[in-house]
Amino acid sequence: MLDQNTILLTMLGMLVVTYIPRVLPLWLFTSKPLPSLVIAWLRYVPVAVLAALLLPALVITENNAVQTLDVSFDNLFLWAAIPTFIVAWKTRSLFGPVIVGMVIVAAIRFIV
Amino acid sequence: MTSLEANSSSRWTWLRGMALAVPIVMGYIPIGFAYGVLAQQAGLSTRNTVLMSLLVYAGSAQLIAVGLFAIGVPAFSIILTTFVVNLRHLLMSAALSPYMRHWRKGELAAFAYELTDESFAVHIARFTEHTPPKGEVFAINATAQLSWIFGSWVGAVAGQLIGDVKPLALDYTLPAMFIALLVMQIKDRRHSVVAAATGLLAVALTLGGLGHWSVIVATLTGATLGMALEMRKLEIAD
Repeated sequence: MLDQNTILLTMLGMLVVTYIPRVLPLWLFTSKPLPSLVIAWLRYVPVAVLAALLLPALVITENNAVQTLDVSFDNLFLWAAIPTFIVAWKTRSLFGPVIVGMVIVAAIRFIV
Repeated sequence: MTSLEANSSSRWTWLRGMALAVPIVMGYIPIGFAYGVLAQQAGLSTRNTVLMSLLVYAGSAQLIAVGLFAIGVPAFSIILTTFVVNLRHLLMSAALSPYMRHWRKGELAAFAYELTDESFAVHIARFTEHTPPKGEVFAINATAQLSWIFGSWVGAVAGQLIGDVKPLALDYTLPAMFIALLVMQIKDRRHSVVAAATGLLAVALTLGGLGHWSVIVATLTGATLGMALEMRKLEIAD
């Protein structure tokens, strides 16, 4: 069982590493800009990290504690991602795709 | 915009800010709820669940963290993963900085505390058009965070009643959220290429046994690829 104090300390660590990237540019860059190479690199961090988080969540499932690739029709998360993507593309919002994705997964689980 | 103008309509300023935050609130309450439930399931106390929303205030990182807590990942790895996942806020902060040159350091510190993907999207769209009163900006941020904390709290309380998250598809909240955020980040073909390459690399590394380190390695590689493609295009153009 997790120790709540350990969790609290971890959260404080998370606070620090989250807050520093948020505040430093506003404090520093208001006077002089970053080198263009760094800006170019930073420009792709958001899309890279989101893809790195998303794709494994969609195509990898855990079978007996082993990570395995699963692109079969049983992989609900993967197939529900298709309409979710379409809604995301059309609405460019957070609310629409999340609700649609969850409703589809819940509905299929209910039906099947 | 003088401070006199801002003060004379400060109540309306706050109300306007709150109204502008409504689209964000609509996303934050259900996702916050899902986070609250999952945090409970992962073993976090209600207090810690809500505290994370107050202290860290980063939806995707919080959802990932509770998943890592649940499987017993060590604190250092959770903190490092949080850092990588939230690194994109560095870029968002940098993008906002030209518009906020006239803000005082203390105000910037307070503003930065509530910088998220969604609040960034709202602010950057507005700052490029006009200079809103600071009260309005803070009202947007505060309303958004309060709704996130509220959703988390409701989820934490409800989580004790919800046995299995699967019928409600709460375990799909995070992937769906990532899909939404990823699509918002795709600006051109190069972004699509970086997304595809990084995603595939992350999958390969995870299958290869790197575990949650795959996110970090894949991200660093993918961002470098994007930078290289962009620099290469500039060289060819010369």
